[in-house]
Amino acid sequence: MPDTDGARAERGADGPTHPGVLEPRLVSLGNALRRHGVVVGTSDIIDAGLVVDALGLDDRERLRAGLASAFLRRGEQRQLFDELFDLYFPVALGARTALELPQEHQVGRGESPPEDADADDFDARTADAAALRRRARQLQERLADALAREDESALNTLAATVVAEFGTLRRPGENGFSANQAIEQFQPNLAIARASELMREGPESGGSDGGTADGSSGGGSGGGSGQATGADQGWQPERFTQRFDRDAARTRVVAFRRRVETEARRRNAEIRGVERQAAFAVTTPLERRQFAQTYGVDAAEMRRVVDPLARKLAARMAAKRRRASHGSIDIRRTLRASMSTGGVPIAPVYTHRSPNRAELVILADMSSSVAGFSRFTILLMQAMQAQFARVRVFGFINTVDELTETVRQVGPHGDLLEALKGNRRMTRGHTNSDYGRTFVDFTERHLDAVTARATVLVLGDARTNNTDPCYDALRLLAGQARHIMWLNPESQSQWGQGDSVAHRYGQIVDMHECRTITDLREFVARAL
Amino acid sequence: MHIGHNGEVTAHFTSVDDVRDRLAETGYLASDAIATTVYLADVLGKPLLVEGPAGVGKTELAKAVTAALSGATGREADLVRLQCYEGIDEARALYEWNHAKQLLSITANSNAAQAPASAAGPNGTRAQQASGWDALATDIFTDEFLLTRPLLRAIRNEQPTVLLIDELDKADVEVEGLLLEVLSDFQVTVPELGTITATQRPFVVLTSNAARDLTEALRRRCLFLHIDYPDAELERRIVSLKVPNLDDALAESVVRLVQRLRQLPLRKAPSVAETVDWARTLVALHSVATTGAGVGSDLDASFLRANLGVLLKHHDDIERAATLLKLDA
Repeated sequence: MPDTDGARAERGADGPTHPGVLEPRLVSLGNALRRHGVVVGTSDIIDAGLVVDALGLDDRERLRAGLASAFLRRGEQRQLFDELFDLYFPVALGARTALELPQEHQVGRGESPPEDADADDFDARTADAAALRRRARQLQERLADALAREDESALNTLAATVVAEFGTLRRPGENGFSANQAIEQFQPNLAIARASELMREGPESGGSDGGTADGSSGGGSGGGSGQATGADQGWQPERFTQRFDRDAARTRVVAFRRRVETEARRRNAEIRGVERQAAFAVTTPLERRQFAQTYGVDAAEMRRVVDPLARKLAARMAAKRRRASHGSIDIRRTLRASMSTGGVPIAPVYTHRSPNRAELVILADMSSSVAGFSRFTILLMQAMQAQFARVRVFGFINTVDELTETVRQVGPHGDLLEALKGNRRMTRGHTNSDYGRTFVDFTERHLDAVTARATVLVLGDARTNNTDPCYDALRLLAGQARHIMWLNPESQSQWGQGDSVAHRYGQIVDMHECRTITDLREFVARAL
Repeated sequence: MHIGHNGEVTAHFTSVDDVRDRLAETGYLASDAIATTVYLADVLGKPLLVEGPAGVGKTELAKAVTAALSGATGREADLVRLQCYEGIDEARALYEWNHAKQLLSITANSNAAQAPASAAGPNGTRAQQASGWDALATDIFTDEFLLTRPLLRAIRNEQPTVLLIDELDKADVEVEGLLLEVLSDFQVTVPELGTITATQRPFVVLTSNAARDLTEALRRRCLFLHIDYPDAELERRIVSLKVPNLDDALAESVVRLVQRLRQLPLRKAPSVAETVDWARTLVALHSVATTGAGVGSDLDASFLRANLGVLLKHHDDIERAATLLKLDA
């Protein structure tokens, strides 16, 4: 490897790119990725250098794609990479003066010159609330127009303008930009309605079927077209896909918010330094966020991360069972293998045994103390239900209730949290969790669920609220199952602190810290 | 372009635009990111690891690259495909000795020589048989008795070669170990024959559906490309390329519908393959019933409801989409 590195440095020195500037930058980008948990080796940084050599610096988006292919190993790391790339390879320096020029040509319709003149006079630092609102409305109109036309450069310019005018921190002594403040004051969501209206009037529908859409006014959108069956006509009075206009506009506004965030990070990086921004101002990837901090995260998004892991977990469990057991001897392949030892069958070859139907028993803490975790637990249960042929799900707070039927009815994408709200069978008297009682109840009532082929997965923080932990009940359960594993949402350093008996339970069963999706991934990769 | 990095790399493409244009000629419309990464894999001589949802054209990409290479070099390029599955092993992936033929050869030789002790084998009277045995041992482990499997075939091929290792995540971890030598040095070691090095470096494409995490060792040797669903613009072009007799306005509607469906919480979102199938369905139905309802230049709810099965493969997905898009209203 050192040779390659040297060769590259030499070539770089007389090449068109300037290695003195670029190489430290690639190294710090690599370092920043490492700090956020992406495995980046020296060889990857060398590859990145080769990529830059091969592509040149002409096209920023291609450079982005090329560097991503050298640095990344997983699709989920892409958002993190994009944010860091924008910091280390910024699109411009300072306020974007260059972009302001073409913008005036692009703002074609519904925009009159005086308004733009007005923009020049506008100064966010001195403007009062009313002036800010006026300016926001004016920019929203432009945003709606740009969104409807999906005009990339106009959107970028707008994001820059919004950050510069609404995002500047105004408190004395503070210097910098805030994307949150910009979005709060600018309120891009207000452009959704207008944008979908513009999309409806857009050239594509106006051209092909004449006077259809325009007449029916923006108001009666989705509902109206749904009722018209159109059986007697060739086509709908309103184009079918127009019912998606509003959703499309909403998606584009979300994308616009991301542009604003990127722009604010870029401006801040100039003031506060790239390294600091790269360390603190980057969105933590969902998989490294602690479960306790995932309240704001959309369930669908969580599901997208959890589902593939559950699939892997299921595959691993099945694979482990198969590999653990030898099948019968495969005569044909044994004889073939014996040819290399002169016909003496020294190493027998076994047939692959078809994977057994793995059975899974999930036992999950549903109490409020692990609320963030149980959201994840619930998703995992639903996903595993879809993967395993035979899975039985039990929930508990201070007594245990079988949830298998509920989970099955709700299906892999239903709202299980909602379905469990009315469930009172997991509590008895009070609503504090009681692990000892739970295990005793489980061994008394449901021990038949744990067959010799079953793997038991316990999910909970092992905080007993100072009740009797009943180690023997757990021991009985562990003796009965083929494997038993425990995922604990608390950091290992907190095990055994206060009312936690995790360290004691951990002596009986295999307990793993599982605070983030990354922990779960490591568990899947290592423990199984 | 030549790069002195682990031997000779002969680039087949001259620029990113070149990649995009030549792939387009073969009927594969690549996004800018795809074209860039293919170009880099070619120039740097590194394997390309492609991940992404099913049906976005991962395998198609390898085929398109093969076709593009054929066009450029004038020589026909070969696509060597290794389809991975659970339990695939060295004998299926790399090479295998043709034991039956070796046995026949041994028997034939001993019959011809009429040697009395020929059946004694290696443990027999070694002194007398030494020369005969040596000849035999070197004789039966030659090219003639070697069955080449895809990996070895790709290495030994004289033509420009694209090696497609498909669905690597389905194979066991051990297979990845097997691939390391092939992918980093483009050579295969057969103990009896020695090391066979590639005469030309094959363009390697590995695909994975991420059912299992590939090892870091393997990932490190590859350039990574995540292919996602194409954006609306590109998908529209793909649809009009694959289904040329589809009305433009209808193609537009089809793509918008599919893009919307992908945002719904479904078990399996429709991929590009399904979009194209759906477009074909529309054309087929259109030609059957030109005056029929629904298949003009626009979609319609009840018609869509009846044919949603082309796009969505799970029953509950169909139900959910129908509810969320208000198709039953």
